Amino acid sequence: MQRWSRFNIASIVLGFAFLYLPIVLLVIFSFNESKLVTVWAGFSTKWYVQLLHNQALLDAAWVTVRVGLISATVATVFGTMAALAMTRYTRFRGRMLFSGMIYAPLVMPEVITGLSMLLLFVAIGFDRGFWTLTLAHITFTMCFVAVVVQSRLLSFDRSIEEAAMDLGATPVATFLQVTLPVIAPAVFSGWVLAFTLSLDDLVISSFTSGPGATTLPMRIYSQVRLGVTPEINAVCTILIGVVAMGVLIASVVSRSREIQRVKDEQAAFAH
Amino acid sequence: MAKFGSALFNRLVIIIPYAWLLFFFLIPFFIVIRISLSETAVAMPPYLPVFDLASGIGGFIDNIKQFSIANYIWLTEDALYAKAYGSSVWIAAVSTFLTLLIAYPVAYGMAQAPNTIRPTLLMLVILPFWTSFLIRVYAWIAILKPEGLFNQLLLTLGVIDQPLIILNTNWAIYIGIVYSYLPFMVLPIYSSLEKMDHSLTEAAQDLGCTPIMAFWRVTFPLSMPGVVAGCMLVFIPAVGEFVIPDLLGGSETLMIGKTLWNEFNANRDWPVSAAVATILLLILVVPIMFFQHAQAKADSEGR
Repeated sequence: MQRWSRFNIASIVLGFAFLYLPIVLLVIFSFNESKLVTVWAGFSTKWYVQLLHNQALLDAAWVTVRVGLISATVATVFGTMAALAMTRYTRFRGRMLFSGMIYAPLVMPEVITGLSMLLLFVAIGFDRGFWTLTLAHITFTMCFVAVVVQSRLLSFDRSIEEAAMDLGATPVATFLQVTLPVIAPAVFSGWVLAFTLSLDDLVISSFTSGPGATTLPMRIYSQVRLGVTPEINAVCTILIGVVAMGVLIASVVSRSREIQRVKDEQAAFAH
Repeated sequence: MAKFGSALFNRLVIIIPYAWLLFFFLIPFFIVIRISLSETAVAMPPYLPVFDLASGIGGFIDNIKQFSIANYIWLTEDALYAKAYGSSVWIAAVSTFLTLLIAYPVAYGMAQAPNTIRPTLLMLVILPFWTSFLIRVYAWIAILKPEGLFNQLLLTLGVIDQPLIILNTNWAIYIGIVYSYLPFMVLPIYSSLEKMDHSLTEAAQDLGCTPIMAFWRVTFPLSMPGVVAGCMLVFIPAVGEFVIPDLLGGSETLMIGKTLWNEFNANRDWPVSAAVATILLLILVVPIMFFQHAQAKADSEGR
C-alpha cells in the first residue's frame, strides 16, 4: 500500500476530526452538571429530565415528526417518479426545464425557496399552518429523493425489465415486481434522507408555517438566540441520536439486501 | 390494453412530478417577481395591488398598470443593499476557496485509501450531512466564544494570553460555512478522483515528472469536474445563507440572506423582500445554469 501515504492518512484524520469534534463536544456538554456549556462540572442527566417537562418543545417535536413522516412518504413517491422520468425518457417536451427543476432546489438558497412558497400560499389564499409546511417539505425533499434514486437507476440492467414485459407483464406490474425490488434500497435511503431533511429544516419551515405549527428546529432556533444552554444541547443530542439510528438501520438494511442479492445470483448460477 | 396502460404509466410518471414542481417551485418565482413590482401597504397581504382572479382580463391589465419599480429604485438608493450583496458574494467566494483547500486533501486521501475501508470513509463523510444544519452551526458557538473551548485550549497551551475574538466576526462565518458544506465539496471531488486511471500518473512519473508535477499536470486537471461541481454546491447556497451569519456573524456582518429575512420578518415589507430575492436570483442564475449544465453532462456520461 505504497499509494496510501502518511500525508493521505494525516489529511483524512484531520478532516474527520474537524467534522466530528464539534458534534462530540456538543454531546458531551449536554451531560454537564453546570448551566455553563463551556465549563465541565460533572456528569448529570438533569437536562434530559427537564426536557420532559418542556411542553412547548414536546409539542414542536410531535409536529416535526408528523410533517416528516407525511412529507417524506409523498416525496419518496414523487421523487421516484421523477427519477424514472429522468432516466427512462431521455426525450420529452420540456425535459430541460424538468431536470432544471430537479437540480435547482438542491442549491437554491433556502430564503428564496421559503419566501417564494409563502407568497404562493398567500396568493392562492391557503392559510399557513401544518399543511402548507408539509407541502413545502414535499417539494424540496422530493428533489433529493429523485437524485438518490436516479443514481441507482442509471446502473440498472434494463434487460430484466424488458424480459418481464416480453413475458406479458404490464408496465405497472413490471415496475412493482421487477424494478422496485431492485431499487428498493435506494428508494428507502431516499425516504430516510427526505425525513431527516424535513426534520432539520429551519428556514423554509419558518416562512411556510403558521400559528400552531412550530417545528422543533424553529423552537430550538428561538431558544438559541437567547443563549447557549445545556438543555438545547440535550435536545440536539437526542436529534443526532435519532438520525444516527435511522442511518444505521438504513445501511444495515441495504447491506443485508445486497448480501441477499449476491447470494440469489450465486444460487441462480449454480443451477 | 397493455399498450394503453404502458402509455398512461409513462405519462403519469412524468406528469405528476412535473406538474408538482411547476406549481410549487417555478410559479412561486413568478409570484415573487410580480410582488416585487407591487407597493407596500398596511393590509393583509401587505402589498398592492393584490391578486384578484374575479376581475378578469380587464382587472389584470389594470393590475399591470399599477406595477412600479419603486422597490428596485429603493434598493439602489440605500447603500446597505449593494453592500450586503457584495459582501455575500465575497464571503461565499472566500469560504468556497477555503472549503476546497480543506476538502481536496481529504478527498484525495480517501481515493488513495485501500478498497476495503473506502465505503466506511465515504459513510463517515456523508453522516454529518444527515445531522441538522442548525445543530452543527450551534455547536460552534460554544467552541468559538471568547470563554469558549477553543480559547481555553489555546490559553492552556500558552499559545495566546488573551482570548481571541472569533465569534461574531467574519472568521466565524468562514468556519461555519467551511464546516457545514465540507461534505458537499469532498463527495464530488472524491467521485471524480476515484474514477481516475492511476496508470496515467504512473506514466507521467515514468516520463520524468516529479510526483508534485504529476499531480498538478495530470491528477488535478482530471479532477476538475468534481472541483467545479463541489464549488458550485458550496458557493450558490452560501451566498444566500441565513443561519450561519445570523448565529455566528456579528451585528455589522451584512449578508443578503439575513437582510431578506429581517426585511420580511421584522419590517414586514414583503415587496422589498421580494425585490431582494429577485436580485439574488439574478446574481445566482449564471452559477445555477452552469451547475445544471455540468450535472446534465455528468448524467449523460453515466448512462
